[in-house]
Amino acid sequence: MKILVLISNVPDTTTKIRFTGDNKAFDATGVQWIINPWDELALTRAMELKEAGGVEKITVANVGAKITEPTLRKALAVGADDAIRIDAEPLDAYFVATQLAEVAKDYDLILAGIEASDYNGAGVGGMLAEMMGINSVSAVSGIDLENGELKIHRDIDGGSQVLTVPTPLVAIVQKGIAIDPRIPAMRGIMMARKKPLNVVPPVDAEARTEFLTYELPAPKAACKMVDEDNAKELVRLLREEAKVL
Amino acid sequence: MSVLVYTENWSGKFKKLSYEIVSFAAAIAKEMGSPVTALSIGHVADDELKSLGKYGANKVLNVQDDRFESLDNKALADAVAKAAESESAKVVIFAHNNEGKAIAPRVSVKLNAGLVTGVTGLPVSVDPFVVRKKVFTGKAFANIQIKTDVKVITFAQNSYEVVETPTDTAIEAFDPQISDGEFNTVVKDTHLITGKVLLTDAEIVVSGGRGMKGPENWGGLEELGELLGAGMACSRPVSDEGWRSHEEHVGQTGKIIAPNLYLAFGISGAIQHLGGVNSSKYIVAINKDPEAPIFEASDYGIVGDAFKVIPQLIEAVKEMKANK
Repeated sequence: MKILVLISNVPDTTTKIRFTGDNKAFDATGVQWIINPWDELALTRAMELKEAGGVEKITVANVGAKITEPTLRKALAVGADDAIRIDAEPLDAYFVATQLAEVAKDYDLILAGIEASDYNGAGVGGMLAEMMGINSVSAVSGIDLENGELKIHRDIDGGSQVLTVPTPLVAIVQKGIAIDPRIPAMRGIMMARKKPLNVVPPVDAEARTEFLTYELPAPKAACKMVDEDNAKELVRLLREEAKVL
Repeated sequence: MSVLVYTENWSGKFKKLSYEIVSFAAAIAKEMGSPVTALSIGHVADDELKSLGKYGANKVLNVQDDRFESLDNKALADAVAKAAESESAKVVIFAHNNEGKAIAPRVSVKLNAGLVTGVTGLPVSVDPFVVRKKVFTGKAFANIQIKTDVKVITFAQNSYEVVETPTDTAIEAFDPQISDGEFNTVVKDTHLITGKVLLTDAEIVVSGGRGMKGPENWGGLEELGELLGAGMACSRPVSDEGWRSHEEHVGQTGKIIAPNLYLAFGISGAIQHLGGVNSSKYIVAINKDPEAPIFEASDYGIVGDAFKVIPQLIEAVKEMKANK
């Protein structure tokens, strides 16, 4: 089985978000870039499946300019065998999925995070599956490989299910797929330098959406404080003022 | 021309979200001067389907086909796209939940439509079609234009009020004619959680952090949660330590929730935690540390010992319930 893990290059989750040029673009000055947290969990699970046997290769792929290469190198250091970077600015989910469809054909299992922590699009995995005419399962919280057959655990409203779905398959994964993301070890970082990182030119595609402007949320009104010994007052406020009890 | 809204059901019933999303669709349709068609897939009684009319659905397409019970993403997307085509839908609306997120991207490809997920509130304008959503996990908003003729959006729960606009509703049986070959998902086992309020469904959520000091101290929180009919949640360190199950972890890498009331006990409010809860209508923080960042995100707060506050809250809620 060959696994492709889609990697989004996102600002570190502690980044203070700012915009430039009349709030028309994200200000990337001084930003630390990381693997999107859900993609990192997907890669971790892919590694666990490979170590258990039955996975011959793990590739990671990203659509982005050269600045995303350290993030791909990190994925290689975690343990992916090779990486693909499609050399284009990721304009929107449709554009990104169109690019990925070109490189995803030879894989049995494609893993996508449920969303990316920057634009929270939650679109690429499903779009890619539709473009390729293959199956997809979303809200995946577990993947097991038993005798060459995939068992997919999916969250549904009110519970969970175990499924079988024929490959090739796009699994759109969330928390639970792996518990702790794997951190690259020194040996992994050394080996990653020698692993192939293939740069692929983009195909023609147009974005279907355009981010016009951004806004920061309005500052929140001051928190109304209640005395520790008078907690009953809090219940009164929630009932009479906020009207949520 | 129409607005198509996908209304999923829960064991044959609709819930508040269904009426919220139909109200939302009706408001968009009004601005566009077009009718609203709801699409229901599954076994829903006619009376229940008719209830969508109360919120503005002019027509309900009713697909009764057991094969969809496996929630096969490909087949469901095909069915929704066929309904959209038969209704000449210009806007197709899903809820931004498990099912909506699974199907909407596929439908957008089928319809050559642009997609925006997690839309909060009515479009900024319908021509050009510009919608607003949260980005950077709640740290900012973006205004996004969809440039295609047909638009697909998913709607963030709790971002529009349920509005009654009684409308005569026609219920029509609809067969999207999906061949057996499209259904490839086989459900081997289903595990339903019963007797507990679902976290992503809960209107009130009671949550504990590291300040609770250990799993043995959750009794009070659970009692309070039960009295309030609340869902239970926790911060990441709590689930990492194994004090509570990973199912309860809310935050940027856990579940993202938007209840009416989020009660945070002993949670400092790291930016990643706030990313998962900052869509809540009201946030209440109880924390010993007056400098804890959670207070900046909160509407009400108590600086103090959670163990002293919880019994008082339990008593006050009991009193409130007795007087109701």
